[in-house]
Amino acid sequence: MLDQEIIGNLKTILGSDYVSDAAEELFIYSRDQGVQDPHMPDCVVMPGSTLEVQEIIRLAVQKKIPVVPMGGGLVLSGLTVPLKGGIVLDMKRMNRIIEISEKSHYAVVEAGTSQGMLDAYLRKHHPGLKHSLPDAPPSATIAGNIAIHGSGHLSQSEGGFHSEMVTGLEVVLPTGELARFGSCSTVSSWFSRAPLPDLVGLFLGWNGTTGVITKVGIKLYPRPKIHDVIVFMTEDIDLAPEIITRVINTEVAEDINYALAPKPDYLNGFQMTVINVTANSEAEMKMKKQIIRDALHDFYETKEAGFMPVPPNMKAGFLEAPQKALSKFADVRKGGGFEYVGAIMPIEKIPEACRAGMEITARNRITYSLGARIIGRGHCAMFFFAYPFNRADREEVERVKNALEDTNETALKLGGIPWKTEVQGQQLILKQMEPETYKVMKKIRDVLDPAGIMNPGNWEVG
Amino acid sequence: MHELIFNPKLCESCKTLDCIMKCQYIEMELDEARREQAKIRRGEESRILKDCVTCYACEEYCPSRNHPFYLIVERQEQLGIHPVPKPIEKSQVIMMGPRGKIKQKELKAPVIDMCFFDIMKGGIRGNLFEGATTIGGSDIFCNLMFLHFARNSTIRERLPLIMNNIMKYFLEPSGVKELICYHDECYGTYTSWAPAFGIDVPFRPIHLFDYIYHKLIDMKPDIKSLNVKAAYQRPCSNRLCPETDHFVDDIFKLIGVKRPKRTYEYQNALCCGGVFEAAQRFDLVEEIQRKNVEDMKSTGAQYGVFNCPFCFWTLAEPVAKAGMIPVMMSDLCIMALGQ
Repeated sequence: MLDQEIIGNLKTILGSDYVSDAAEELFIYSRDQGVQDPHMPDCVVMPGSTLEVQEIIRLAVQKKIPVVPMGGGLVLSGLTVPLKGGIVLDMKRMNRIIEISEKSHYAVVEAGTSQGMLDAYLRKHHPGLKHSLPDAPPSATIAGNIAIHGSGHLSQSEGGFHSEMVTGLEVVLPTGELARFGSCSTVSSWFSRAPLPDLVGLFLGWNGTTGVITKVGIKLYPRPKIHDVIVFMTEDIDLAPEIITRVINTEVAEDINYALAPKPDYLNGFQMTVINVTANSEAEMKMKKQIIRDALHDFYETKEAGFMPVPPNMKAGFLEAPQKALSKFADVRKGGGFEYVGAIMPIEKIPEACRAGMEITARNRITYSLGARIIGRGHCAMFFFAYPFNRADREEVERVKNALEDTNETALKLGGIPWKTEVQGQQLILKQMEPETYKVMKKIRDVLDPAGIMNPGNWEVG
Repeated sequence: MHELIFNPKLCESCKTLDCIMKCQYIEMELDEARREQAKIRRGEESRILKDCVTCYACEEYCPSRNHPFYLIVERQEQLGIHPVPKPIEKSQVIMMGPRGKIKQKELKAPVIDMCFFDIMKGGIRGNLFEGATTIGGSDIFCNLMFLHFARNSTIRERLPLIMNNIMKYFLEPSGVKELICYHDECYGTYTSWAPAFGIDVPFRPIHLFDYIYHKLIDMKPDIKSLNVKAAYQRPCSNRLCPETDHFVDDIFKLIGVKRPKRTYEYQNALCCGGVFEAAQRFDLVEEIQRKNVEDMKSTGAQYGVFNCPFCFWTLAEPVAKAGMIPVMMSDLCIMALGQ
């Protein structure tokens, strides 16, 4: 618990409306929607400017108070839960869209800008452009998603992980200084990280342990006029890598997702490769779909696999971004509990991951949705082992927890790496990581955050 | 088990082999057609069994109503020929199967069987359907679509249960004896497929257009002539009940819709293309849809009129892109009644 003098200092910085230590608000910030144990913060603040963030950090350094930066708070694995108490820095007020460059295809936004806000803004003011939307609720933030190496629509065709789409960052360092990385550090535009020494990675994938991102430059892409989806259905899990690779190699699929789930029953045992295609004319769309069909011709000719007719209502669902079907799945057990291990892994591991996922869920008596988003033209996949649960059923919550731990271990054994994983998962990764790599990580952290205030408990050997 | 009532002698003595010679998708000389048809009768592999696009039209072309298409489907199934990829076939069999979630409901006539397409019941409205009740869903779904999947067995297995459900849960408790079939597929099941397999139908099926036509006659003073031109997309399942096709002209006449002559209508109608897509015949989808829609457009039609929901979902977009308004027949009639 913070003494009232510190709360008073924070109120002086932010105004009393944006500082709270009320029990009911601390309760909300003590947990996320996943199964990780709650930890109470001492205080929650909502800064409105970079300057305010700097002042908060300086105060925290002086008083040795942990600080946990938070975007949409939707990460599910407890990364914004304050493991050691302290201040939760809720960035949602910093949601200004600062610049859109139509010609150099980037946007500069404040760190609290949500995916939905940027999407809506682009649709209204720059209808020819879009950014890569994750399949998270629209309230997920741009900065949050790049910081966790998120992915989304366009990750297959245009640039890989959202962190790879970053053109520049503004960061309040754990000592309170403000630094910019990328072209914006040297000139006024945020067009690129090259040709400078690339320091942006110091803040991506670190779970908020190296600083507070306050502004992001993010790549934009053309928004074609026509969107369509084709779905390839198989029963043989082992065919997945070959099917996916062939579609990737056509170079005409904007997104490729692979899915299998026991529900609805008519899809149980069948796998779907969902291929999104975009074009600017009917002729282009026709050509692209034909290229994809040709690539899979010998599969469907044998009648062992084939393109599924997709009625308009189902097609509308497939074309949604973000996908509402995921929200529906998240509540399939009722009680609104949902968590998943997203493991980044090679594409050829998909069949093994599917089998492992089914075994884990059978062992833990839970239901599942398994699948993969293809990243960066086939360089890897984000394979998700998603487990819905009834939050009110404590016994089921425990079974899901066990399954998640089991899945993290399995993902590593398969040659994948759990993504945005909770503390226990991070420790499994660190155990397997080359010691010199971890030493470098620790040195960097010690240099950047000598007071050890930034999201402590994360990326630490237990 | 119910066997197909098929008389091979009628085919052996047939001079014209209309079932094959009139087919719009398989080209053959008469001699080859005769050889291939004989193979089918003997239960041997034939090019026809693999090339058949399952448009149902040969059921109508056969002057003896000897069920050439049902025989093709029997043989495809016996020989393990799958028109549609196996995973899609299996998934559809599960998806469309009875769920056992039916509940007894007291109904008032007219009772309209929406087939699987409960989603379309918004079309049952206004004075045209005043007092009507609808039933629909998987527990009363006719399953005739499995003709496209070479699965007479699925229809055979499910139809008795389906008809029993209709009677037990809906018609008997309500004292209703007639069932108005929204979809040609259901009407075709009860008036063609079931008799062809010796299955008795315990109620009187009525085609939707039969109902609409007679209702419009009763409401004649309320009809405001639409004075538009329209093209009609005849569904595959109407091939099983061609005796009802005249209702399209009869209804159009009553509501002031002109139906300019076009190439692909009546017996020469083309499939909407949806089935070709399931069969992975993408070359045909595009060619047939283009020919069909261009033909509609060339007549000056302002509306593309449908009765089958599946045809509507498949062709509505191309029809709209060609500048015509896609509309279900029932909606067109409701428009003519000023509603």
